[in-house]
Amino acid sequence: MTKLVYFAWVRERIGKPEEELALPAGVLTVADLARWLAGRGEEYAYAFENPDIVRAAIDKKHVKPDTPVAGAREIAFFPPMTGG
Amino acid sequence: MSGAVVPFVDIRAEDFDVSAEIARLTSGRADIGAVVTFVGLCRDEGGTLAALELEHYPGMAEDEIARVAAEAVRRWPLTGVTAIHRYGRIAPGGNIVLVVTASAHRAAAFAAGEFLMDYLKTRAPFWKKEHRVDGTSGDWVEAKAEDDAAADRWAARQG
Repeated sequence: MTKLVYFAWVRERIGKPEEELALPAGVLTVADLARWLAGRGEEYAYAFENPDIVRAAIDKKHVKPDTPVAGAREIAFFPPMTGG
Repeated sequence: MSGAVVPFVDIRAEDFDVSAEIARLTSGRADIGAVVTFVGLCRDEGGTLAALELEHYPGMAEDEIARVAAEAVRRWPLTGVTAIHRYGRIAPGGNIVLVVTASAHRAAAFAAGEFLMDYLKTRAPFWKKEHRVDGTSGDWVEAKAEDDAAADRWAARQG
């Protein structure tokens, strides 16, 4: 099982802040995971309707779409940051 | 410079006291010639904004700001650096973020402060949601391309 956490409008669209999911064997990268999530229902499809915008972190470090998800304990998806 | 500079990073709901944070970097020493402070505040957006709600990713927010602060210490001869970022509901006029940089001379303090803010805006996992005075929950603030550009320009130069 992998812990997924969501923030800001990604969290609002999916409708939950976090969940534990068993990732299927074909999900190798962050981009694969986003695509797989987008197919899990309309709330997920809405969150990932523009997958190029959504950012990701693995174990609290920024990652790129082609980063492998193997071994990840916590994977986060969120919009571009607007702090400061 | 004597000894390693350890950045002070704090992610919290509570407000900060700028004078106290300057004193944290300067008290008891006489080798500092320049302290630069930057305070980011919540605007009222022409009277339409009731408050900003700042969401953050606990743990990662601290890590990313600490990473950026450590990079500032590597690039400039700083005697001290502080970064405080608030989360939660912040009303117009309220403080959001504080960066304090101290150095023997002003050039390093100015540059490091600007570097910290530019990187913090694009790397630190915070998101702002608008609450409007008409009672509606407004939009999530959109990231600006010029913020990315401001951060990118530091990659091309050394300090």
